[in-house]
Amino acid sequence: MKRTETMLLNLGPSHPSTHGVLRVLLELDGELILRADPDIGYLHRGIEKMCEYRTYHRCMPLMNRLDYLAGEVNLFGFCLAMEKLLGIEVPKRAQYIRVMLAELTRIASHLFWLGTHGHDLGAMTPLFYAFREREKIMDLCEMVSGARMFPLYFRIGGLAADLPEAFIPAAWEFVKSFPEKHQDYHSLLTKNEIWIERTKDVGVMTADEALDWGWSGPMARGSGINWDLRRDNPYSSYEEFDFVVPLGKNGDTYDRYLVRMEEMLQANRIVRQALEKLADTPPGDIKAKDSRVSLPPKDAVYNDIAGLINHFKLIQEGITPPVGEVYQCIEAPKGEMGFYIVSDGSPQPFRLKIRGPSFINLSAMDKLARGRLLADSIALIGTMDIVLADVDR
Amino acid sequence: MGIEEHLGYNVLTTTLEKLVDWGRKSSLWPATFGLACCAIEMICTAANRWDIARFGMEAFRASPRQADVIIIAGTVCKKMMPPIERIYEQMTEPKWVIAMGACACSGGIFDSYAVVQGIDNYLPVDVYVPGCPPRPEGLLYGILKLHEKILQDPFLTKRYKEGLALRQEAV
Amino acid sequence: MSQAAELLQEKFPEEVVEVTEFRGETTIVVKPGRIVDICKALRDDNRTSYRYLSMIAGLDYLPQSPRFGVAYNLYSHKNKNRVTLKTLLTDDASPAIDSVVPVWSTANWHEREAYDMMGIRFRGHPDLRRILMPNDWVGHPQRKDYPLRGK
Repeated sequence: MKRTETMLLNLGPSHPSTHGVLRVLLELDGELILRADPDIGYLHRGIEKMCEYRTYHRCMPLMNRLDYLAGEVNLFGFCLAMEKLLGIEVPKRAQYIRVMLAELTRIASHLFWLGTHGHDLGAMTPLFYAFREREKIMDLCEMVSGARMFPLYFRIGGLAADLPEAFIPAAWEFVKSFPEKHQDYHSLLTKNEIWIERTKDVGVMTADEALDWGWSGPMARGSGINWDLRRDNPYSSYEEFDFVVPLGKNGDTYDRYLVRMEEMLQANRIVRQALEKLADTPPGDIKAKDSRVSLPPKDAVYNDIAGLINHFKLIQEGITPPVGEVYQCIEAPKGEMGFYIVSDGSPQPFRLKIRGPSFINLSAMDKLARGRLLADSIALIGTMDIVLADVDR
Repeated sequence: MGIEEHLGYNVLTTTLEKLVDWGRKSSLWPATFGLACCAIEMICTAANRWDIARFGMEAFRASPRQADVIIIAGTVCKKMMPPIERIYEQMTEPKWVIAMGACACSGGIFDSYAVVQGIDNYLPVDVYVPGCPPRPEGLLYGILKLHEKILQDPFLTKRYKEGLALRQEAV
Repeated sequence: MSQAAELLQEKFPEEVVEVTEFRGETTIVVKPGRIVDICKALRDDNRTSYRYLSMIAGLDYLPQSPRFGVAYNLYSHKNKNRVTLKTLLTDDASPAIDSVVPVWSTANWHEREAYDMMGIRFRGHPDLRRILMPNDWVGHPQRKDYPLRGK
């Protein structure tokens, strides 16, 4: 007499391959997954509620710590949302520098993804190759601000300070050497039989399903949706840059791998163009001279009562935007990262809602995992490129 | 001096305590316990630039039974506290705890409803490594301080006595 | 006036409360009663084609009444534009609204988060339970009367 039962297996929250504290409750029939239920919230820090008690400037360190692999990109989105709310125009030089740092951070995030995704599926070598380049990007971030992962370099209205002198030659060196190193990663994985065996036809999502499930970024492009927020709804002078948006065909893990690999090269191309464009902009013009966000020059503070009051109000209260609400989204490395800011005219945000791309990408886990084997669940978590701080906020 | 002179300079003598403690500190296997952003710097410490294998610690064990030190790297949320306690209890003696990063030391910048304000409310921490996140060099400095701590307490007798006293007090 | 506002004025004239334009974005405030039909119309109509739901945000306007609101942000890949749909819920003590999961599957987790954080119930949701807080947590943390450091 045979009696069969399904097994409930806990994947995580402490697991070497779950990219953080993710718990997936798997209902298994042998090795076959019948149901996958992600249980998140193990890194929920209450960032949205904390922001309601802080002035807009003090929210910025929290924003950096959202998607911690691409720290500056989150802050980019927040600063753009605030600039939209205030109606401020950022100088060109600041825009180019922002684009450059955002794309460098995108390359860093994808390199980390490459290393850990490969490591999860058994390929340990790409991790060390990818980290070699990632350390160079971390050095560049450290050059502008002193911190490796969370530079906190962007400000509402521009940047904190101009680039240091050593940055431009170091950035050029990186940009020129990267394509060759990128070829190394391709040679390790792209035609590797084991890699193809583990990623082809795993986690297939058609374009319609991807739209329905709210996928964005490389996940959507891997399924063939021709959508990139930098090209379609450009922000911060992205319309002046020339880049290709890579697309996948089948919507499986292998296609998403190819899309992200190509995105790294395209991001490198954008950084090169930004470096060239920077040479034509006046140095030092890195913050909007709007009195609502920038401190007035010192002689105005000492000699003019309006300058003094402006200085006092900005230091004491911070930025006070008008009453209104905005939704600003950017193309983060993981997908569409959105900031919905509701302002009631006070120096603190009334409601700050963060649309985390990893949260939405992960929601389709059940759909992807049903019918696949247990080992594929690791490939799926890796291909979704989730960062738990982005999922849980 | 003494017997080494007679045997020639290719024999070392030491005390048993020093040998055991040297063995313990030279291959502290960490349990994989990266929670948040500090985990990334921990991985960077284990990667090629700040090779933690120099200190014998590149073998991050997933099973707590095989691990010696748990590096709490990242924000500890209230939802995550029960798994952390279970993993710490499952680790076999001798075991040490390094609190890496501001969030593990004291809650960090996250003073909210969902975050434990410092892992030392629940676990006995040996070394605190501040920073947000601490640089890999910072973590390595913390690890070296832990090595010093291990060497200072031969056979960890003082530590066991303190632990025993605490357990008796709790009872 | 944007396409979305035109469509809603045409098909659901008594549901539209207010249309505002701010910084190039349209926000349409509607009544919560027929939200599923409104969303279906915005998704299926060829002129608007809002096939992508970006986010659902729960809002708490304490001490005003109505206290709770829900904001939906929709994106159209065809026209490359966005619209924010906002609605204020009638019941302050136990806020509830119909779930839009039948329209966009991605609403599943967005609505679970709004329920967990704000306590807004979504009628017809296939699996409404807490998502970010532990299962036995009492209270809804993002409400304005919930203290930051917890109870």
